[in-house]
Formats: sequence, C-alpha cells, structure tokens
Amino acid sequence: METERSKLGSFLFNRSVQGVFYQLITLGLVALGIYYIVTNTARNMLERGLASGFHFLGVESQFDIGMTLIEYSPTSTYFDSFIVGLLNTLLVAGIGILFATIIGFTVGIMRLSSNWLIAKIAEAYVEILRNIPLLLQIFFWYFAVLRALPKPKQSLEIYDSFFLNNRGLFIPDTVFGEGSSIIFYLLWLTIIISIGIFIWAKRRQNRTGERFPAFYVSTALILGTFFISLAATGFPVSFEYPELKGFNFKGGIKLIPELVALTFALAMYTASFIAEVVRGGIMAVSKGQTEAAKSVGLKQNLILRLIIIPQALRVIVPPLTNQYLNLTKNSSLAAAIAYPDLVLVFAGTALMQTGQAIEIIGMVMGVYLFLSLFTSLIMNLFNRFMKVDGER
Amino acid sequence: MNTMRITFLGLVCSVLMVPAAFAGTLDTVKSQGFFNCGVSQGVPGFSNPDENGNWSGIDVDVCRAVSAAIFGDPDKVKYVPLTAKERFTALQAGEIDVLSRNTTWTLSRDAQIGLEFAGVNFYDGQGFMVRTDSGITSAMELDGASVCTNLGTTTELNMADFFRANGMAYEPVVFEKADEVVNAYDEGRCDTYTTDKSGLAAQRTKLADPDAHVVLPETISKEPLGPVVREGDGDWADVVRWSLNAMIEAEEFGLTQSNAKTECALTSNPVVARLCGKEGGTGAGLNLGESWSYDIVTMVGNYGDVYEKHVGENTPVGLARAGSPNASYKDGGVLYAPPAR
Repeated sequence: METERSKLGSFLFNRSVQGVFYQLITLGLVALGIYYIVTNTARNMLERGLASGFHFLGVESQFDIGMTLIEYSPTSTYFDSFIVGLLNTLLVAGIGILFATIIGFTVGIMRLSSNWLIAKIAEAYVEILRNIPLLLQIFFWYFAVLRALPKPKQSLEIYDSFFLNNRGLFIPDTVFGEGSSIIFYLLWLTIIISIGIFIWAKRRQNRTGERFPAFYVSTALILGTFFISLAATGFPVSFEYPELKGFNFKGGIKLIPELVALTFALAMYTASFIAEVVRGGIMAVSKGQTEAAKSVGLKQNLILRLIIIPQALRVIVPPLTNQYLNLTKNSSLAAAIAYPDLVLVFAGTALMQTGQAIEIIGMVMGVYLFLSLFTSLIMNLFNRFMKVDGER
Repeated sequence: MNTMRITFLGLVCSVLMVPAAFAGTLDTVKSQGFFNCGVSQGVPGFSNPDENGNWSGIDVDVCRAVSAAIFGDPDKVKYVPLTAKERFTALQAGEIDVLSRNTTWTLSRDAQIGLEFAGVNFYDGQGFMVRTDSGITSAMELDGASVCTNLGTTTELNMADFFRANGMAYEPVVFEKADEVVNAYDEGRCDTYTTDKSGLAAQRTKLADPDAHVVLPETISKEPLGPVVREGDGDWADVVRWSLNAMIEAEEFGLTQSNAKTECALTSNPVVARLCGKEGGTGAGLNLGESWSYDIVTMVGNYGDVYEKHVGENTPVGLARAGSPNASYKDGGVLYAPPAR
C-alpha cells in the first residue's frame, strides 16, 4: 500500500509527466478555442443571413480586369479571377525580387567602395529610400510616372515599334510561325550541352588546375546555334507591332504604368535593405581572407568572385530571404494604385460582389502563407548549397 | 489537481456560454447615448467633412434624422468614414449601426450579404465623365477607352455589362479609394471616369479644372441609393426607414424646417398633426418619443430642405431636382413615402 502510493506520487510529480500534462491542457484549450470560433462564426453568419461555402468560385464573375496573363472575360468564373490576381501578384513579386537583388547588390558593394563619392551616393540612396514609407513611394512613382508621360496621341516612339505614353509601354510581340519549334529544341539542347561544359570545366580545373573559358564557349554555342537555325529555317518569326487605334494602342505587348510604378517602387525600396544586408555580409568576411588572396597573386575581381562573395553569401542569404518575403507581402499595396493583384481583384472586387469575406480572405491569406513558405524553402536549399563543406 | 480541474471546467463553461446573440440595436443605442454612422471618405453633397471635421450632406442628414428621432438631438452620431470595400464588413461586424454612404440597393446585397435596405434617399444612375477637348459626346464612342473607377461598387459590374452589351472593348483601371480615382483621371491615366452621376457631379468639383470636363448624357444603370442596416433587427430597421419616410412625407404635406413651428401650432390637417406628434401615437410603435418626426423636421429638415441645401442647383454639386426621379411624386418624380400613421 505504502509503495503503491509512493509510486503514484513519483509518477504524478515526475517532471516529464507534468510537462506532457500541461502541453495536453494547452493543446486542448487551443483546440477548444478554434472549435468555439468556428462554430460561433458559422452560427452568427447563419443568423445574419450571410452566404457561406465555396460554391461561389464556380459562378460567373461579371466583372472585367485591366491586366490578365490568361484569357479572362466577365463570363469567366470567380476562380478564374483568383488565378488572374494570383498570377499578377507573382509577376510583380518575381520582377521586383530580380531588380531588388540587382540594385541591392550593386548599391551594397558601392557603399564599400574606397571612392568617397560612390560610397556617399550609395549611403544617401539607402538612407533616403529605406526611411520613407513604401506606400508614399508607390504613390510618388505612380503619379510621377503618370505626370511625366505624354498622352497616347503624343507618344514617345522608337523606330515606330516601341511606344511610351501614360497608358503604358507598348512593345512589339514576337509571333513564332510554322517550323519554329525546331529552333526551340535546338536552344534547349545547346543549354543542356552548356551545363555539361561548365561541369566538365570545373572538374578539369579541380584535377589539373587549368582554366577553361566555359562562359564564352557556351554563350557562343547557344547564340550561334540559335541564329544559324533561324537562318536555316528561313526566319519563321514575325513581329506584331502596336498600332494607335482610337483611344489607344492595340497589338503587341503592353506594360501598364501601374505595373511599372509598383515594381519600381518595390524594387527600389527593398534594394535599400538588401544593400545593407550585402554590406554586412561582405564586412563579415575577415580582412585576412583578402590579404591571403592577394598574397597568392589573385586579381581584384577574382578575389571578390572566388573568395569574398562565396563566404559573404552564407551571411547574406538568411536575411535576404526576409527581404524577399517582405517584398512579396508588400506587393499587396498594389490596390492603392489600381494594379490588379490578388488583393485588389479577389479580396477586393470579388469579395464585394459575393460578400463572402471569410472564405475569400482565408484563401488570400493561404496564398501569401504558401508563397512565403515556398520562398523560404528555396532560399534554405540555396543556403545549404552555399555552405562550406564540413561546416556545422 | 482538483482545483486545477475545476478551474479548467469553469473556463470551458464560460467560453461555451458566451452568448452569440446581441441585444436590440435600438436599446443599445439608447443606453450608450449615440450611434455609429458609416459614411464615405468625402463625396461633396452626400457625406463630406469640413475643415473642422463636421460632416454634412444628404447621406449624413439621414443619420442626423435618425439621431433627432431617437434623442431629440441631431448630433448624437459618430461618423465612421469607410471605403466602398470596407462598408459592408463594418456593418456586419457591428462597427457601425447605419450605413449611409451612397449605397445601391441590389438583390444580391439584400439577399446574400446580410443587409437590409431601409429605403431610397437618392435615385441615381451610372454615367461617364470625359474631357471636353476629347470631343466625345456619347458613351457609345468609348470603344477601347481606359476607364477609371473605384473598387467595391456596382459600377464595376455595370460597366462590364455596358461594354459587353455594346460589343466594345475597354481597359478597367480600378482604385481602392475615390480620391485616387480622381487624381489618376485628372493626370490623364484614363479617357473616362465612371460612377453614379451624382458622384461624378460631386467629384468633378475636386478636379483641377472642373469646367474642362463634361458628363455624357447616357445613364447606363439604375442606382437607388439608400441607408442600410444589419439584417435581423427589425425594430432598428423600422426606426431608420421611418426617419427617412418622415422627411419625405413632411415635404409632401408642405411641412418645412422653417415653417414647422407655426404650421404645427395652427394645423387642422390630421396627417400634419401626426407628423407634428400632436396625435396618432406613432412614436410608441417605434419605441420613440411622440415628437420624433417633429424633431426630424425642425432639426434636420424635410427631404426638399436637405436636397436643396446639399446637392441642389445652388450648391457646387448642382444637381437640378425638377424633372429628375428625385422630385416628389407630386411633381412627376418617384419619391413617394408610405403614410406615417
């Protein structure tokens, strides 16, 4: 009897048992909270006569969207409008990330320049852009762009094929005719061969120490094959030029000013943060590395490319991921300047027409969560790839 | 362990027993001494703040009338400026009690999104505004145009319908806020700006050079605008509905803000006497004081007073009432109030 009780006691007062117990209670409370929120919401929605469920996704949307990457008309469904918004968000985030990275790395390296003027210009860029709220910058670029550009009839033009006015930038579209598929097969083939050349060159250098100009050779191979195959098939490529018809240009590819202003603002703003990340990363590489590289006789650009950047990247990549995520999420400010992104189209117009706020906001939150996690995943993989072998 | 279990069970019970239903809006409003009225972020003549933050306009006056009816004071109202996108969610969530923000009464809004329309205080229709120097004289010439408008309105659907029905192409440029629409149109981003015609007249006053713009003659939709309340609270809906009706009926019987005092003292007309709160007991049915309609007319005015003060021909908005649907049915309009008896 006595031992029984002490056994039970020691079980109850065991730290790990208590730990599990409290975790179960917390889990139970969270589950209960979620259950309560869901049922209470459902009941209130029913009481107030709010429609619920996802069948609205299959209904005709009846509204139009200014910029679509897929076929879309008012007879398309709400689900189509979701896809249109999603693609527009991905487009602006993708281009934004590309330009933010290029500008950010450039400015970051400029800030470390020994040239006083260049370093100060970079510093001014960073301090001005990262300290002004992004929404203001978006408005500034949008209205600055609109004000500076002429009306469609007074468009700026280059060779009668590129037109710029306050409705956007119009560029010729390439139309590939019959027999052009062979060109693309060859293009892919040469790209694969080029990758092979790079791997072979790397291996050979590791083995023998001899360098092979893999970049020039593969560029020549790809471009050469492309133009030769183009000539051999008799140029099955034509261009569709934009033409002024009525109010506006028709034909060709159109970049609307909202896209330009938004991408520009997002890239410039995020680049100011990336510049600081890059500067920090480079400064984290100890000076001894540069000195050692110099002492073995490497040239300045090779020191940067082979010694500094690879080591700096390990410091840069994690905070860089953060900036990419921020840019993607900040792209939802598009609604302010009429760029038809996911928030404007789906969490805006579609939400208003259907009134199904919970479903739609849920979907939009899910998309941003997925995009963020996906970006994180890619960057984590990249980071693992950049890690020095043998490092913890 | 026992105490913990009891606390836990207590917590569970208290969470589960929180009531999901609400007390009637009218009772809540009376006990807190004011109510929240959702308005626009600034549409001259309809709901617009002055430099001191005082709101005015015909939509604002609906809320002031409701306040006068309940409290005998037109200013027991807190105004909540909302974008078109936010307005219904704000009402559903209880952030506002009345939405009086040039909102179009449609079937889907009435049936699907938990709203109840309390009447119509302005009959409107969608139109287009263009630059005079564009030479456009009809909406049928708008093929291929860039069209600026704002988000979350029936406007977006109407223009899609209009261009589709007439086999014309267009480029929608949709902004979240009305001010950005006006700016972008003014900067030349769009060939035309579309919204309700009253809205065009109001927003035109904000343009750099209002005279360089013209509203096209076509009206492409019916836009009955009116105050909205949450569905499922009939008593509160009645108060809002009849506050509006009282303003309209007062005009039908010649009771104006300026003459109400003397008319009410002299009248022998039973309808006027009821509006003056002298007989009929209409207030009791609405859970209001007997002078509710008298207070509305003396403190806010009848429909005609309000119209001429905010959007009539002598205002910057300048919408002629005669010959429009907003004239009283006695003058050939469609404004007609059910009898307040």
